[in-house]
Amino acid sequence: MIDIIGLVKQFPGTARPAVDHLTLTIADGEVCVLIGPSGCGKTTTMRVINRMIEPDAGTVKVRGRDIFDIDPVSLRRSIGYVIQQVGLFPHWTIAENVATVPRLLGWKPAKIRTRTDELLTLVGMAPEIYRDRVPRELSGGQKQRVGVARALAADPPVMLMDEPFGALDPITRARLQGEFLNILRGLKKTIVFVTHDIDEAIRMGDRIAILKDGALVQYDTPERILAAPADSFVEAFVGADRALKRLSLIPVTSACEPWPGTPPPNTIAAEASLRDALARMLEADVDRLAVVDADERFVGALTLQAIRAHSADAAPVARIQRFP
Amino acid sequence: MLLVEAWQFIVAHPDRFFGALLTHVTLSAAALALATAIALPTGVWLAGTRRAASIAIATANVGRTLPSLAVLALVMPLLGTGFLPSLFALTLLALPPILLNSYTGIRQVEPEIVDAARGMGMTRGEIVRKVELPIATPVIFAGIRTAAVQVVSGAVLAAYIGGGGLGDFITAGIAMMALPQLLVGAIPATLLALGADQLFGRLQRALTPKGL
Amino acid sequence: MKWLLANWDQVLIALGQHLVIASTSIAIAFILSLLIGIWAARYESVFRVALTVTGLLYTIPTLAFLALLIPVVGLGRANAIICMVAFSLMIMIRNVAVGIREVPREVVDAAQGMGMSATQILIRIELPLALPVIVAGLRIATVTVISVAVVAAYVNAGGLGTLIFSGISNDHAPKIWTGALTACALAIVADLSLARLESWLRRRAR
Repeated sequence: MIDIIGLVKQFPGTARPAVDHLTLTIADGEVCVLIGPSGCGKTTTMRVINRMIEPDAGTVKVRGRDIFDIDPVSLRRSIGYVIQQVGLFPHWTIAENVATVPRLLGWKPAKIRTRTDELLTLVGMAPEIYRDRVPRELSGGQKQRVGVARALAADPPVMLMDEPFGALDPITRARLQGEFLNILRGLKKTIVFVTHDIDEAIRMGDRIAILKDGALVQYDTPERILAAPADSFVEAFVGADRALKRLSLIPVTSACEPWPGTPPPNTIAAEASLRDALARMLEADVDRLAVVDADERFVGALTLQAIRAHSADAAPVARIQRFP
Repeated sequence: MLLVEAWQFIVAHPDRFFGALLTHVTLSAAALALATAIALPTGVWLAGTRRAASIAIATANVGRTLPSLAVLALVMPLLGTGFLPSLFALTLLALPPILLNSYTGIRQVEPEIVDAARGMGMTRGEIVRKVELPIATPVIFAGIRTAAVQVVSGAVLAAYIGGGGLGDFITAGIAMMALPQLLVGAIPATLLALGADQLFGRLQRALTPKGL
Repeated sequence: MKWLLANWDQVLIALGQHLVIASTSIAIAFILSLLIGIWAARYESVFRVALTVTGLLYTIPTLAFLALLIPVVGLGRANAIICMVAFSLMIMIRNVAVGIREVPREVVDAAQGMGMSATQILIRIELPLALPVIVAGLRIATVTVISVAVVAAYVNAGGLGTLIFSGISNDHAPKIWTGALTACALAIVADLSLARLESWLRRRAR
């Protein structure tokens, strides 16, 4: 649990504070995305949590302990840190990079070695191949995987991630987002994730904190933000296509109805989103689809009407399964 | 053949020759060691400070351009002649390249690497020792290498201010127009300089971490 | 300083000699390095050989080099000039070659595509764009040459070194100071002026 209380930070020579009396609570095990336009204070806020930046006023408590009572160096060793340009140490092998914090903490070599291999496997990089390589030899996506492994090495309960996938091409970015969500499934970590990409925020966040000019504008689940933006700024920020964005969060199974009679000719997978279904309907110029499961068996039908019902602003939004 | 005569000269005066050679090497090595001990930590420390340029760096930049013999000559009226004044002057000559390269080497480490190191919980000392210095090694060593050649070369000139060394044979050779003696000074001095360059080149490669 | 005022004509003569041998050497080295450098920019093997040879020459101690030339060319200005040219070549050839190579490929490509001949590209595009790096090399070479010229007085090449040597043999400190400080001042002035030129060229190249 991370408690940010009345945080204030103004950099010398600037007209207004970068962070202006921000108060925010992040629950244990949650992914909290900080998002907003340039200069909204999201990165500054994140960097206060591991005391890379000292605030002018306010407190931050991590798991009940005031971070200003802890020595910054020890604090940082207990928090995972991933940045956009990764910052892998070029003079060390991949294994040595991953082992950075364990070595700082004085772990035994055997334990370090096991843990390193475990993490490399976790991020999808075969240890036998990559352990002794050097950063120079890796692609952008591979470097960031190592960056994530490095941050997880000492098994910190909290992780800070500053636009970790921002420097990657869209395809690699999407892949890493998915893999990272998978990794998180097995672990209980509190993540503070900074991004400027609303689609990434919707995909990655359990809750999204929208910041503007250093202040919190809305803090809620992606579905509720999309369903009920707090003001015109948020509405514009999430984009004019928020109805479609919402549909991408809802699986077909929630709107699927039983269908007596012959199944409609066009199909859609049960694990697909309502947004994919809508796209299919538009392509095929139909108003209904047959929903099929993984074994290609017909389980029901999806109508345009049902989609419309789910996308209307007044529609109740239940938290359904997350999409990988 | 001149070379043969030069060789005969060495054979005839082994003490003088090896004495001069020893002085030359000692003078050079001592000056280089002193200069490194002073300039390397200073350069690293300056690189860690916030301000981009400082008086020390500006001075080093100017110092780098000064003619070696001029520096040696300036020392003489102040400190006299002999081994120690020569050592002093040669150390001064070696300071700029080492200082400048140590400074630049550390400053050139990409900021995100230092940010990552700090964010993961390294102390300032750990960052310098484990991250910045290893990455800066090639550049720092290039500076030491340059300084080494400059010092060996300068030590030849130290003959003028009574420092001894191989330069003595050259000056005597020119004064007496004795060509063999000239070569007894010039050729070993050249070989020494080339050797130092090679040595530090190898050291630089050996000490550069694999990933760079 | 009283000595300086009383004997400023001597100092000026020495300074004049110094400037003559220095500029002659730089001029020769500049032309040679342009020719060899352009050639080396095109052919990797030439680049490597040129760099290795001149690198070796550069490492030779000044006085030793001058001494080694005595059996060949005797004493005097020719000796000094050969030595200074040799030293300058390493830096300047490398900077000419590297400067040309660093010209962005797409710029040369565009020029070729527009129908410029190789010579036109060299003269109108590559050399102008390589100019900042070339001048950087010129700057280092100039300072080196001024330094060598001080020592060259010992092989009868004249220059500010004569004041220093004469001062040493006569144990006349003011003469030593004057010679040494003038040489230092010359080096600093040359370095700063060329540094200004270099930054101006770099800004212009944006």
